[in-house]
Parts: sequence; C-alpha cells; structure tokens
Amino acid sequence: MGSRTRREFLQIAGVGGVVFASGLLDACSGRGGRRDDRPALSDDFYFVQLSDTHWGYKGPANPEATVELPRAIELVNALPQPPDFAVFTGDLTHTTDDDQERRRRMAQVREHLARLRVPALRLMAGEHDASLDRGAAFQEFFGPLRYSFDHKGVRFVVLDNVSDPKGILGDAQIDWLSRDLKPLPRNAPIVVFTHRPLFDLKPDWDWTTADGHRAIDVLHGYSHVTVFYGHIHQEHHHQTDHIAHHAARSLMFPLPVPGSQPNRAPLPWDPAHPGRGLGLRDVDTDPRQPTYQLREIPLARES
Amino acid sequence: MRVAALFLALLAAGGEPRERVVHVVARRFAYSPEVIELQLGVPAIIELTSADRDHGFSVPELGIRIDVDAGKTAQVRVVPQRAGTFAFHCDVFCGSGHEEMAGRIVVSAIATGGSDGR
Repeated sequence: MGSRTRREFLQIAGVGGVVFASGLLDACSGRGGRRDDRPALSDDFYFVQLSDTHWGYKGPANPEATVELPRAIELVNALPQPPDFAVFTGDLTHTTDDDQERRRRMAQVREHLARLRVPALRLMAGEHDASLDRGAAFQEFFGPLRYSFDHKGVRFVVLDNVSDPKGILGDAQIDWLSRDLKPLPRNAPIVVFTHRPLFDLKPDWDWTTADGHRAIDVLHGYSHVTVFYGHIHQEHHHQTDHIAHHAARSLMFPLPVPGSQPNRAPLPWDPAHPGRGLGLRDVDTDPRQPTYQLREIPLARES
Repeated sequence: MRVAALFLALLAAGGEPRERVVHVVARRFAYSPEVIELQLGVPAIIELTSADRDHGFSVPELGIRIDVDAGKTAQVRVVPQRAGTFAFHCDVFCGSGHEEMAGRIVVSAIATGGSDGR
C-alpha cells in the first residue's frame, strides 16, 4: 500500500455495506482535502468505538438482544485491517439489582470480548454497569474506572461520570484530569472517552454531566481535544468552542433524537429492519494533523 | 439555562412554612403524585421523601435540583413566575426503570397575586 492511508485503502477496496461519513473535522478546521505531506500508513491509525451493549437487556426494544454483540464483534474482526484498539464507551451490561446477576452478565461480556481480534481493548463503565454499586463489579471484571494512556502521540483519557449515581465527575477526578494533562504541551492531541455527554445535551432527559463543564474548562486549555461518548444511543456531533463531542450508536436499542418525543423511551423495534439504528464506528486519525474521520458502520441486517 | 426568569428560591429549612406544602413520595420508579399542580405567583413548598433508596428531583428548566435521600425529607420552596408545564425527573441512578422516573409541574395561570414575572 506504500504511503497510502488506511482510509484510502478502504475507499479503493470498496468495503461493502459501509458509508463514509468523512471529513467532519476537516470541514470544521477548514483543512479540506488531502495534503501532499500526508504521512505513511504507519503514521496514521484508527480505533473502533462500540457503545451501550446493554448485555442482559430483555424487552421489546430489541427482541434479538443476544445477537447484536456477537455481530458487532464479527464486523470488527472482518475489517480489512485490524484497528489499533477497540474502545467500549460504557453500559456494557444492562443494570440489575442482583449483584450476582450483574457479575454473571459481566462475565458473559468478557467471554464475548475475548473473541475480538484487536491488539488492545479499552473498556469503561456506564451507569448501568456501575451506578448501583459504585463500580465495584466493573472494577473486578474490567479494571479501573478512570485512566489514561498514550498511543502514537495521542493522550487518551477515560473519564468516569457514572459510578457516582448522581452522574458527576467529582472534585478528585477533576483534579486528576488537570494533573494528568499538565505535563503535555498545549497543542498535544488529546482524546477523551466518557459515557455521558460532558455538556448539557438534554438535561431533562439526564443527557448531561452535572459538573461536566469543569472538565471542559480544563480541556479548553488544550487546542486539540476531541471527546467520544455513548449513553444517548445515536450518532450525534456537537462543538463546545474548539472541542468536538461525538456520540456513538448503541449495540442494543436506539434512543430518540433529543426532544423529538415527550420522553426518552427507546425507538420501537422494526421487525422489517432488525438492528436498524444500531452500529459502531471507526475513527481514523493522523496524530500529526491531528484530525479525526469517523466512519459509521451499521448493524442493520436483512430480515 | 432559563433559571433566573422562572422559579425562585431554594429551601428554607426549619421554621413553620405558611405556604401550601405539596408532599411527594419518590420510589422506584415513579413519583407520587407525578403531576404537581401549582398556581402562578403563589408560593409553595414541595416536600419530598423517598420510600426506598436515594433519588433525585431535577427540574432543569426551572433550575431546581435536590437530593431525595432515603430516610430524609427534602424541601424546595417555589414561587411560580410563569405558567406552563415543566418536566422533572430523577437524576440519581436508581435501577432498571430509572429512565422512566419522571413527572411534571403544571403551573396554572390563575394567579391570586403578584405579577406574571415575564
């Protein structure tokens, strides 16, 4: 493939059944088309974002609830080039009051995830995983609730806005975020993963983080910050000044467009189009730019 | 948020409130009553208790949010400044029906005193 980027490779290969939703941040930044100094393939990378698996859900919004996670794993494994890592942005499991059942669901998720053929897996909690026991079971199965890691020049930060049942980050975590980023230059590429939106998307549907503005204030001190989150079960894009926030689809049931109906009840299952509204995405980035191109991969299948 | 233009005033704990007191019980996954009826310009106290575990009471459009902790009584004093319907919900995750735990405040335009506040 020479110096061809992965995205170019995928476009040329004509990967079936997917639609490129590219150039989002290119458009925002005014960068536009291709650059002649585009780096070699080894310089860019991509990761896959999956979200809101809700394993254990039983209800009319998805009568085929055990199908979606295995199918998503198949789709990731079938990608023509493996991602550098996969991240799940929360709600791996559907909530239950039964601590043993919660652990059983987490164990099942872990078994499924073991079949993902990716070099690294990054997991984080949603309120369904962690709010009733403040993340105890999640940490037993999947590790810490907040952490950061570096990958090819990008600082990735996982924030926990769910283990406190009030859906807040809290003073200690805001301090930790400030300290974690402090050594970085102001133009360092930073990607933040959260479950809930950090901004007030739809507060009366609880689509917010009460103290999320404090995290945004910290992040505003850096010029290249992008946030990926879940929780709202739909693709959504928003800017707070120079920070882009991208919500991912769910792997269980879609939720309505904010304000489009009186409440946030799931969209009804459509037997003619099973899996409609569900999906994952891959995120292609070049740390030297840094910009991000999103490609939405639907889970819908023929009935 | 349109906080300032709407309701006023939080909680004045203690003392003997002379205003009408509306008792609301929060339990998974509903409020009782789920509709709180108030009158424009007439002060009232919404008094909340939990019948099971910790809940929240959030009315984003009015800038009101309080914790409704198990075993405690929470109060919020309101003076409706605008007629209309305002949704409230639980914002403390409480289980599998949490997302449906909601209600609404209905402010009637039948004012007995004060201005309309707009």
